[in-house]
Amino acid sequence: MKERTKRDIIFVGISVLLYAVIEALILYRVIPPYFERGIVTVCINVILAASLNLINGITGQFSIGHAGFMAVGGYVSAILTVKLGMSFSVAIIAGAAAAGVLGVLIGLPTLRLNGDYLAIATLGLGEIIRIVILNISYVGGAAGLNGVPKDTNFTWVFGMMIFTLLFIRNLVESSHGRACIAIRENEIAAEAMGINTTRYKVLAFTIGATFAGVAGALFVHYTYVASPSSFTFMKSIDILTMVVLGGLGSMTGSVVGAVVLTLLTFFLADYPQIRGVIYSLLLIVLMLYRPQGLFGNKEFSLKMLSRLTGGGRRDVA
Amino acid sequence: MTLLKASKVSIIFGGLKAVSNFDIEIEEGELIGLIGPNGAGKTTVFNLLTGVYEPTDGKIEFDGKSIVKHKPYQITQRGIARTFQNIRLFSDLTVIDNVKIAYHFHVKYNLFEAVSRLGRFHNEEAEIEKKALRLLEVFNLADKRDEVAKNLPYGEQRRLEIARALATQPKLLLLDEPAAGMNPQETQKLMEMIRWIRKEFKLTVLLIEHDMSLVMGVCERIIVLDYGSVIARGTPAEIRENPKVIEAYLGEEVPGC
Repeated sequence: MKERTKRDIIFVGISVLLYAVIEALILYRVIPPYFERGIVTVCINVILAASLNLINGITGQFSIGHAGFMAVGGYVSAILTVKLGMSFSVAIIAGAAAAGVLGVLIGLPTLRLNGDYLAIATLGLGEIIRIVILNISYVGGAAGLNGVPKDTNFTWVFGMMIFTLLFIRNLVESSHGRACIAIRENEIAAEAMGINTTRYKVLAFTIGATFAGVAGALFVHYTYVASPSSFTFMKSIDILTMVVLGGLGSMTGSVVGAVVLTLLTFFLADYPQIRGVIYSLLLIVLMLYRPQGLFGNKEFSLKMLSRLTGGGRRDVA
Repeated sequence: MTLLKASKVSIIFGGLKAVSNFDIEIEEGELIGLIGPNGAGKTTVFNLLTGVYEPTDGKIEFDGKSIVKHKPYQITQRGIARTFQNIRLFSDLTVIDNVKIAYHFHVKYNLFEAVSRLGRFHNEEAEIEKKALRLLEVFNLADKRDEVAKNLPYGEQRRLEIARALATQPKLLLLDEPAAGMNPQETQKLMEMIRWIRKEFKLTVLLIEHDMSLVMGVCERIIVLDYGSVIARGTPAEIRENPKVIEAYLGEEVPGC
């Protein structure tokens, strides 16, 4: 247990250091404002990827409607700040709660499905959420909800990102997380071990949806507008790509996947002609040579590093 | 005391009566064998007892209470654990994690305590770790605790599956062909192990087996199933002499041959 606490302290320590460095660079304008935008997007995407990884990678329920939950979080929080004049922190909590409640409502019926069927159902539900929003004139319909205050800054996104990562990591490393992993590994055996599989599937789905709601709230309050076009099916696919690229079931994988793909998109934005080509090629090459994703379902550790550099003791297979 | 009592249990799949009027009474501490030719419905009986299938007809009582219409996880929580004919380990997880998962429903700390690492979390995790390790030691798997389950040799995977089932702390253990794929020496060892765990964990055991030497050697009572119906029950000696059993396994004697 000492080891666990030590790791937590190291993680928080590194996070604080990283935060201080980046925040200082932003304050002293070493990092230009347009690049700050990239960093904020990275953090939001890490939250999205990590939360989708809890559903798809850890619990093994293939969901592709994450943008829908993000939309709910975004819109609910925007309504609170724009229409009701509430504070940003209240708006985030409300957005997250709304997405979570929707997660339960959607999860209960759809999680009876498996594999492809669940994927299709969640895809459909993601679209339904978007189209319902599109047709509500109270929130501006297709034009979106304008005049959202820009409350999100680097401090907020970084803080929420670390909170998300700690939350999900701690969950995964507990008995509740092991129950989720057991469902992924073998649902019949999990049930035979006394695990209420429906309960844990819905739990993972709900927590994933809640954090997608947080990401949505942060996103909307950074871009001044909550617009249905930000939460399309393609957004869901983008998040899924990050999770798969990093490795389904690996939290560090999700982080790396989100960072790599977001920065890639960000830097390639200047070259719209070849952007699609490079992005796709990268994915094809990666899937050919590392179909399990960058990290497989393992977590980054010092042991892994020493094995990579050849300095570590080789395990007998 | 009667631990498990099933009376007139039947299940129909479409037009097929897979199990009909199955009766069983198991007293606490007994070691009973369920045998029968391929397709006789043995595994179906297990699936009925563990809630995988819901019986079309009949009653099943465990510890004095009905378990019909209960979900498999509820039945496990009530105290029936099982292993599978085709091993179903959490194959990509380590040996110790396989066992730890089985302690799950005994865990008392809640989600908040898990995420915040407060309250009972650390103590209970340490407790689980200790218990899981002790169980692995009993099954001679302690030195393989960090090995991925699918990399274990076949016999060890079977042992791990039994260890995992025991981690749920059951009163009744159902073993579905524990000796499948084992050679005679391994089977012999398994027999000793089954006897030993029954005593050590104060278990009641019901096992399905094809290997006659194992069933005859270890079980006190045997139930023979054929075409979904019980055709004989009794001690190993009685079963061996029973003409109906011989017929079911070897076929009818043809006059004049």
